[in-house]
Amino acid sequence: MPALLLDDDAVLQRPMVLPVARGPVSAEVLALLRGGRGHDLQPLVEAALAAVADVLRDDDLQLALFCLYEVHYGGFAGVPDDLEWSPVLSAARLRIERDVEAVLRAAVRLPPRPEPTAAAVAEALFAITSAESGPSLARHLARSATLEQLREFLVQRSVYTLKEADPHSWAIPRLSGRAKAALVEIQSDEYGGGRPGRIHSAIFAGTMRSLGLDDAAGAYVDLVPAVVLTSLNTMSLFGLNRRLRGAVVGHLAAFEMTSAVPNRFYGNAFRRLGFGEETTWYFDEHVEADAVHEQIAARDLAGGLVAAEPELLDDVLFGAAVSLLVDGWPGEHMLQRWAAGESSLRAPLPEEAARG
Amino acid sequence: MVDRVPPVLIVACPDGPLLVRGEVEVRTPDGRALPQRRRTVALCRCGKSTIKPYCDGTHKIIGFRTEPETPED
Ligand code: FES
Repeated sequence: MPALLLDDDAVLQRPMVLPVARGPVSAEVLALLRGGRGHDLQPLVEAALAAVADVLRDDDLQLALFCLYEVHYGGFAGVPDDLEWSPVLSAARLRIERDVEAVLRAAVRLPPRPEPTAAAVAEALFAITSAESGPSLARHLARSATLEQLREFLVQRSVYTLKEADPHSWAIPRLSGRAKAALVEIQSDEYGGGRPGRIHSAIFAGTMRSLGLDDAAGAYVDLVPAVVLTSLNTMSLFGLNRRLRGAVVGHLAAFEMTSAVPNRFYGNAFRRLGFGEETTWYFDEHVEADAVHEQIAARDLAGGLVAAEPELLDDVLFGAAVSLLVDGWPGEHMLQRWAAGESSLRAPLPEEAARG
Repeated sequence: MVDRVPPVLIVACPDGPLLVRGEVEVRTPDGRALPQRRRTVALCRCGKSTIKPYCDGTHKIIGFRTEPETPED
C-alpha cells in the first residue's frame, strides 16, 4: 500500500467552521456557541419538539444536535472549549436526545431474543445483518455512478468518516474484560495500529483529496441532508451515554458486519472510472479490516458484553437494529435523488473544490 | 494455576474464517512473506474470498456453513 501520508502534519484535523443554521433551534445553539446568552434555547427546543413531524429527519433539530455533540469531539474554530460542559447546551442536548431515543425505540423491530451467550448473540447478529436488503447504493456505484455522483458520495460520507471510529471509542472506559479488549482491538486497527498515516479517517481524507475535495473536518456539513447528520448523531447519542453502552456495542457490531462487502463495490466504483490506489486504498483496506472486525465485534464485543451483563442484551439488539435502519438512509436518499436526475446535496459543491 | 496463553491463537469462527491472533507470517510456497497489515488477520476457509488468503466477507454471500466444532475437554 502507498505511503501517502508521510508526516503527522498531513493527518492533523483542526476544529471545524460553524455551520449555517437550518431553523430556530440550530440558530440559537449557534448563537450560544458564538458567545450569546442562549436564554431562549430551552423553550425553542420544547416548541420545536412539539411541532416536529419526524425528529429523525428534521434539519433544524438534527443540525442542533450535531453542534451540541461536536463540542465533545474536535470542536469548532473560535468556540471556547469550556462550552463543552455548558449547562444550557447540555440541557438542550439531553432534551432532544430523549425524544430521539424514544422515536428510535418505536421505529425498530427487535429480533427474537437469543440466549445471553456470546455464541448465540453472535449468531443472532449475523442473522439480522444478513437479512439486510433494499436498494443498494454499493451496487449502483459499482455499476453506473457518474464521477459527480462519486464525489457526492464522498461528501455525504465525510461527515462521519472524517471522525471514523470516534463515536464508538466513548464506550471503551464503560466496558471491561473481553468486551473491552475486543473494542480496543478493533479501534486500534481503525486508528492505524500506531501509524498516524494509517488512521482510517486520514486514509479517507486522502481519498477525498484525490477527487479534488476539501478534507477539512466539517467542510461539507452545510451540504448534507438531515439523515446524514442523524446517522452520526445516533452514534454520538449511544456513545456519550453510559446507560446506552449496550446500544453502542450493538451499533458497532452491525456497522462492521455490513461493511466489508459494500466496500469492495465502492473500491470497484472508483476503479471503473480510472482512479488508482490513492483513491481506493480506503475502501480496499476496509474489505480486509472489516472482515476481521465483524468477527471480533459479533463474538467478543457484543457476545462478550452480553455474557458479562445479560441485562444489556435488548440494548445490544436495539443498537444493531438502529444501525441497520438509520445508517441506510443516506444511501436511500442518494439513490432517490439521483434517480430523479437531481443532486443529493443541499447546494452545489463550491467551484474551488473542483480543482482536481 | 494460570491458564497458558499460547503465542498464536486461531479461532475457528462458525460459518466464517479462521481468526489468527499473534505473531505469524503468511508466506507463498517459495517463501516470500505476504503483506500483513494488521495484528489480527482472518484467513478465508470458504475458498471464495477475492483477497485470499484473507477473508473478505464473501462467505456470508455464498452461505458457507461449517460443522459445529467439538471442543476437547
Ligand atoms: S471465509 Fe470469509 S470469504 Fe472465505
